[in-house]
Amino acid sequence: MAIRRGRGVAAINYPTGMNLGGDPTQALVHSTPTGNFMVTLSSVDLGQGMKQIMAQICAETIGVPTDRVVVDTADTDTGPHCMGTFASRGTHRAGNAVIQAAREARQVMLEVAAEELEVNASDLETDGQGNILVKGAPQRSISVFDVALSAHFKRGRSISGRGMFLIPRSYPEKETGAMKPSTCYAHACTVAEVEVDDETGEVTVLTVKNIFEIGRALNPKMVEQQLVGGSWMGISHALYETTEPYYPNRDHGGTDFNQYLMPGPGDLAETEIIVLERPSADGPYGAKGPGEMCANPQIPAVANAVFDAVGVRIDTLPITPERILRALKAQAPN
Amino acid sequence: MAKVPVQFTLNGSEKAEFIESGTTLLNALRDKIGDTSPKGGCHQGTCGACSVIIDGELRLSCLTLAETCNGAAISTTSGLSEGGVLHPLQRAFLDTFATQCGFCTPGMIMAARVLLDHTPNPSREEVVEALSGNICRCTGYEPIIQAVLLAARSNSQNAA
Repeated sequence: MAIRRGRGVAAINYPTGMNLGGDPTQALVHSTPTGNFMVTLSSVDLGQGMKQIMAQICAETIGVPTDRVVVDTADTDTGPHCMGTFASRGTHRAGNAVIQAAREARQVMLEVAAEELEVNASDLETDGQGNILVKGAPQRSISVFDVALSAHFKRGRSISGRGMFLIPRSYPEKETGAMKPSTCYAHACTVAEVEVDDETGEVTVLTVKNIFEIGRALNPKMVEQQLVGGSWMGISHALYETTEPYYPNRDHGGTDFNQYLMPGPGDLAETEIIVLERPSADGPYGAKGPGEMCANPQIPAVANAVFDAVGVRIDTLPITPERILRALKAQAPN
Repeated sequence: MAKVPVQFTLNGSEKAEFIESGTTLLNALRDKIGDTSPKGGCHQGTCGACSVIIDGELRLSCLTLAETCNGAAISTTSGLSEGGVLHPLQRAFLDTFATQCGFCTPGMIMAARVLLDHTPNPSREEVVEALSGNICRCTGYEPIIQAVLLAARSNSQNAA
């Protein structure tokens, strides 16, 4: 009986969103009288940072600072339609819708500015600081603030735009079964090192090294936060968490949080995160969905590491001491 | 059922309420007094989201009867900032991205505050131990540990 060490590797492709009959998200953008921009969505921010990312996307598209954008996700009854924030689709679907809406709003903004400056709208550009300038003659300029006032009180224009991003339903080809159930794919690879006590079946994860390819990281600190938390969650799924320990048998299934095993801050493996940015062709400013993907590759990596350590394949999650001991016993010569 | 009076200070302000006997401090704070910073996660003392400080000690408000708090001094996360200036712990949680959905954050901050009150310069192990009664779904804990260590460093710099 001994503590045995093992190392496992796993790589995944992970879809951004899914397509169960057409996958739409809509967005509306309008300016306030003082030149702030409101993004109206039904896409809900559960803490993943959607409001921040949509504000960045809208600001980048219109050409104003991010703090000039307010994102309202208040009410799915009254907001423009969204399928929801799931399947790592929020940034990709809502982001594309916001780009479309913001482009339309930007066009109206430039048209009003053109009337004020008595130039052609196509000769105007934004400086990203809240001003609209004549290309090549930046001394001829007007602030977004003044353009919004003019639109509201003088010219009777609504600086607003509508955005709709739809992934149409994909039907499988009759001959081959080929279909396109999702859009761009994020990728990840994890190497996990574990120690397995072959007497108790206990697994300790020593290190987790992850590399994630997530398109463009629109907000690198928030991406890192998601990936650090996701990597830990993957380990937690691999080793601890379940509501159905003997599925489909309900025996010993938890009935409340007291009986749901989740590791605390004392159970952390040494974790490394590397981000690769390969902008996606159809994502908003190249983004893919890093949301759920980041909690997946740790699971097969740990399973492979356990195999490397003690020579048993555990193919049911979580990889509990009981499952390891039963597998070791089944493998042992009588 | 007859209601019972409770009186205590919450973040330095006198509070007095009539509550039904058996009301938890968590429910009294949230539903009677309107301080929703302590969160009701499990209502069983498992998750730590309801943590508050009672007379200097970290306590689970979901397992504390409000009527046992007569005369006590209670602190919650909503009383941490002063005049719109964030407490060093709140600042550190922001700076290290130690909050995502935010549900565990008030309890984490209470646990961290009691730690730093007693141990101004904790080791990593002491931080882990102090947070071990609190569960977080989103962050993987590492950013929270870093936040507490950062707050301790900025406290000691301010004191120096």
